[in-house]
Amino acid sequence: MAHKNVIPFGPQHPVLPEPIHFDLVTEDEKIVDALPSISYVHRGLERLIEKRDFIDFVHVADRICGLCSFMHSLGYSQAVEEIMGIEVPERALYLRTIWAELSRIHSHIFWLGVAADAFGFESLFMQSLRLREGVLDIFEATTGARVILGVCKVGGVRRDIDAETLKGIVNRLATLKKDLEEICSVFIDDYSIRHRLAGVGYISQQDAYTLGCVGPMARASGLSMDMRTIGYAAYKYLDVEPMVETTGDCYARCLVRIRETFQSIDLVRQAAGKIPEGPVDIKVKGTPNGEYFSRVEQPRGEVIHYAKGNGSRFLQRFRVRVPTFSNIPAMIKVLKGSEVADVPNIILTLDPCISCTER
Amino acid sequence: MSEPQEITPIGKNDLVGMVARLFAEGYRLVQIGCSTLQSGYEINYSFDKEYRFKNLRVTVESGEEIPSISAVYANAFLYENEIHDLFGVIVTNINIDYGGTLYRTAIKAPFSVENVKLPEPPKQKAGAPSQPADKPKQQAESPEAEKAEAAEAQKE
Repeated sequence: MAHKNVIPFGPQHPVLPEPIHFDLVTEDEKIVDALPSISYVHRGLERLIEKRDFIDFVHVADRICGLCSFMHSLGYSQAVEEIMGIEVPERALYLRTIWAELSRIHSHIFWLGVAADAFGFESLFMQSLRLREGVLDIFEATTGARVILGVCKVGGVRRDIDAETLKGIVNRLATLKKDLEEICSVFIDDYSIRHRLAGVGYISQQDAYTLGCVGPMARASGLSMDMRTIGYAAYKYLDVEPMVETTGDCYARCLVRIRETFQSIDLVRQAAGKIPEGPVDIKVKGTPNGEYFSRVEQPRGEVIHYAKGNGSRFLQRFRVRVPTFSNIPAMIKVLKGSEVADVPNIILTLDPCISCTER
Repeated sequence: MSEPQEITPIGKNDLVGMVARLFAEGYRLVQIGCSTLQSGYEINYSFDKEYRFKNLRVTVESGEEIPSISAVYANAFLYENEIHDLFGVIVTNINIDYGGTLYRTAIKAPFSVENVKLPEPPKQKAGAPSQPADKPKQQAESPEAEKAEAAEAQKE
């Protein structure tokens, strides 16, 4: 029997420079156990509800994470709106959907770039980040910010997008789609990438379900689960279907993200074609008294924003359950039995977001 | 869009049995979340099956123990360690117990009753029915609770 060693992975690793740590228990080159450690930079943002009233708190929610900034403010706003019974104008729902899908596009392209860098495909990383810049430019043109958008608020959105700009966004995304097809063909067809990802980091459909997997990780294992299908924002008016793969390995997770990027481009096109005229916000009267679990599909999966108020301007409780937190138990399962050399790729294809986790 | 959400208040002794039943019915564990009350904690266990969202709610006093559900749902260990480290609630028999080291916080149990200052509910106008601070109006309760509320309202 081989001698057992413990190999520390993280909190700083060339492939994943984010503060998550794994103690990998190995026998020869095989991992027999993995113990995760988080909370190196836990910020306790949830307790800021004691200092910010329910209207201002959306700015804190916006800052939980850079990549999922808009999704957090959307989830929080939805929770408060549901408690207060606020009917958000239709146009605002469509605008929220457009910004949410643009967020998904930029997050997935960013992931593709980081993954390419991890495989050793440096120019592919550069190409991916170059394409992502186009989405950040759209953010800047429509919201005035590139990362923390600050455009969502309780009762609607802060900015409108005129018809001409919307047309321009759809055209820019059509160009982006062509460029993306070119770089995605490398991810899909390249021998080296397939060799590194196919059959690696497998998780079965049953395990993915019982261990609470969400997002692309669940869908890559054959689970047809996507919170957009419950119809929040303007998704109830659009054709949304979960992008599902069945092989459950790193390659399937990569394919799901690629297909979702193209799907998001199409959803923006659909939303821009159907957006009605009208106001983009509604005046908020009263204070939240009640509770609600808002469920939103982030780029990494289902996120829960729970809000509870007692009628005062300050909420009693705000809680966020982020997708990375939900995916950690499955991460442990996947790592057990894997080769040490595959660990960076496995963890990367789960796309952990530590900024969200350390809310 | 309002998603139907069930919240069923239960006793802590019924927790593991009810969770095991949901597991057998094919529900997945979505999250376990804790909220601080004036003198205790409210723990919500959220489940989902084909977009049907259900919650079990256990309310405990400060210092009271709750049983772990990690024997049923293996992924519960992270949530339970979180509840222990941030709120100071003791969860017994967690399958992977970090012993208070999952969250490295500057102060012990930063979300505990001792550390959290809950907002005062707004002052009621004279004659208006009062509402206890720990039990605000809920948007969606379990069908049984809804029936009981409706019966009470009829009596009044």
